Amino acid sequence: MRGFRWNTWYTFAFIVLLTLSAAWIDIPGDRIDPFGWKQHVFVHQGLDLQGGLQVVLQAKPAPGQSVSSGTLQGTLTTIKRRVNGLGVSEPLVQTRGSDQIVVELPGVDNPANAVKVLQQTALLEIIDPKGQQLAPGTVVTTNLGGPENVNGAATPGATPGATPGATPGATPAAGTTGATPAPTGPVYQTIVTGADLKDAFPTTDNIGQLVVGFTLKSSAADKFYQFTSSHLNQPMSIVIDKTVISSPTIQGAIRDSGQISGVPATQVNDLALQLKSGALAVPLEVIQSQVVGPTLGQDSIDKSIIAGIAGLAIVGLFMILFYRLPGVMSVFALLIYTALVFALFQLIPVTLTLAGIAGFILSIGMAVDANVLIFARLKEELRMGHPVRRAVDAGFDHAWPSIRDSNISTMITSAILFWFGRYTGASIIQGFALTLFVGVSVSMFTAITVTRTFLRLLLSQTWIHNHWWFGVEATSMPLPNPREAAGD
Amino acid sequence: MKIDIVGKRYWWFALSLVFILPGLFSIVTEGLKLGIDFTGGTIWELQMSRPVEPAQVDAVLGQFGYGDALVQTSQNNGIIIRMKELKEGSDTKAQISNALTAKFGATKELEFQAVGPSLGVEIRNRAMVAIVLASIGVLIYIAYAFRNTQNPILYGIAAIIAMLHDVTILVGIFSILGWVSGVEVDSLFVTAVLTVIGFSVHDTIVVFDRIRENLGHRAGRSFEEVVNYSVVQTVVRSLNTSLTVVFTLVALYLFGGESTRWFVFALLIGIICGTYSSIFNASQVLVVWENREIHRFIARLRGGLQRQATTRV
Repeated sequence: MRGFRWNTWYTFAFIVLLTLSAAWIDIPGDRIDPFGWKQHVFVHQGLDLQGGLQVVLQAKPAPGQSVSSGTLQGTLTTIKRRVNGLGVSEPLVQTRGSDQIVVELPGVDNPANAVKVLQQTALLEIIDPKGQQLAPGTVVTTNLGGPENVNGAATPGATPGATPGATPGATPAAGTTGATPAPTGPVYQTIVTGADLKDAFPTTDNIGQLVVGFTLKSSAADKFYQFTSSHLNQPMSIVIDKTVISSPTIQGAIRDSGQISGVPATQVNDLALQLKSGALAVPLEVIQSQVVGPTLGQDSIDKSIIAGIAGLAIVGLFMILFYRLPGVMSVFALLIYTALVFALFQLIPVTLTLAGIAGFILSIGMAVDANVLIFARLKEELRMGHPVRRAVDAGFDHAWPSIRDSNISTMITSAILFWFGRYTGASIIQGFALTLFVGVSVSMFTAITVTRTFLRLLLSQTWIHNHWWFGVEATSMPLPNPREAAGD
Repeated sequence: MKIDIVGKRYWWFALSLVFILPGLFSIVTEGLKLGIDFTGGTIWELQMSRPVEPAQVDAVLGQFGYGDALVQTSQNNGIIIRMKELKEGSDTKAQISNALTAKFGATKELEFQAVGPSLGVEIRNRAMVAIVLASIGVLIYIAYAFRNTQNPILYGIAAIIAMLHDVTILVGIFSILGWVSGVEVDSLFVTAVLTVIGFSVHDTIVVFDRIRENLGHRAGRSFEEVVNYSVVQTVVRSLNTSLTVVFTLVALYLFGGESTRWFVFALLIGIICGTYSSIFNASQVLVVWENREIHRFIARLRGGLQRQATTRV
């Protein structure tokens, strides 16, 4: 027994272990997962596969203002909060460039509504309706302005209630803009705004009714206590963008946490979300959107699986017919490759898109490239009359520089693709770039280490030393070779 | 049997030109038919509950100022509307949806894509930058990988020429497809182009690697002979690699989804061109340079002109 064969057995054991772990990850379902380790490992499907909405929002600050990175981050946080409220399983919210936000909502039911929720430049106010029961939908003017300057009021600097003693009859400054005639109705006093709100959430009250709970920041608590304690059993109105959405009655003095009851059960979630989201830092405009229906996605997955199996089968058949025994080894390597890549996709995780699947299937064809290089070399060495053992080693050693150099060029382009993909609707092209990159990297391992180990283990068998197994006739004459001509 | 691939290099170059020139002409005169990714606009795919005439849909869109929309029908009562940008979540979109439902019954939204015009320009610029960056990155890497040869930059330039050959044919074919059958170019197409760049160089490097290796023990053979020998040695491998990739792409083209069909088609063209250029063009460029054939051609041209000039005087 020579030393290297022991090493080969170790490598073989490592490959088997790796393949089994990959297979364990790949096999869906939790029957073989007693400890729940696979809970967070699953295939992340892109929008084009499971359907959903992708939208790119661009910050549109008022003329003369620019969007600072702080403002964009603030907006991002608001958007994230709203997205969480929409109850989508795997949302993606990220900034792009200096003034854009990309939102992906897989599987969202009502994309149009979702976009509206995201875009709302809502300014939340709780006002004193002067004892009236304002019906939802009533448009009001507050001391922070009237409905005509809804967007202007959304600027973050608008701290309300800073002048609690302001005369209720003060003419709103916005009335002078003249864009729309200022409503002639009364001007209501704003008690607190969304900026004073710490949290809002759906909960149940002491009789089990669904209500909206909320907590206030300590800075606003005194002000709110003052108002609620002096207006017991009178209504207060919750106003978003100058439109009354709810007018609950004050049933107790509230300092920093309270509940809003009397909201229809179906609207409790929405109201909590609206309260919590507060105001957007800057108005947002939709500059790109994509909606994919779920049926289209499933159809694509089915088709891609068929294409993948067909591709794998043809490549495997070709390799075996052309290279015989090494070809069989490369098919094993290819199967291990498929299992490893698919497991990595779930672990990293790589979001699988249609283009990504195409990249994956393409990489199956490219993964055997290293094998083609090695086996071509192996055949050459055998034709020169070298024994099988030496030909196998020489094949691998000589092919390595080509494999390395050519794969690095593919990696360079996929890295640039990844960068480009960020600017063309996030995950679709990035998915492709990542798939290609992962595929090329893993293929270098499987095509080289796996096939080499398998072939080396077989070398101890006598039958393998017949050249027929390599598609080379044992009696074939060595081709003219410059190396031999040089006396090398 | 001696196979001479390099000796007939000008025939191979001529064959390449036959494929490049029509496409190049089309690129110059017609350009590419840009999809909404680059121009801005909307593609809206709906499934209607009964067959509808495009003109009827057009009429509804006209009421909302989208009269210049292009409406096509597809399978299962589907319609595809192409029009200027219509924002998701906008009131206009809701109104159009309602009007369509009111007139034709329930509709199901299969796909909706909208891109603002300014973003389109940005994506277009990014695509250009990405392609240029990829070329530079590859050039630098090849120059580094071949740093031990006499002329490392030459290998890089030859690989880039072969790559430009592939990209030009690919873009040319899509330019022709654009005005012949209305095929649009989108960001997936740019992805295909970048992938082809990677593959083209990948293929070329394998041949160059063999040239580098054989040059190490050339034993008095000429550069041209060594190059020819290396190309012949690697030709089976080049064809086999491409064949395996072509097999998978054909499987994708036949069985894969509708939406990636043109993407796969672009990859197919690029990979076939890439194989051709790595066997018949890239190494030949090395020989043309190494034999100073361009220098000699220019010198002869200049000599001829001088002779003409002297006879005329």
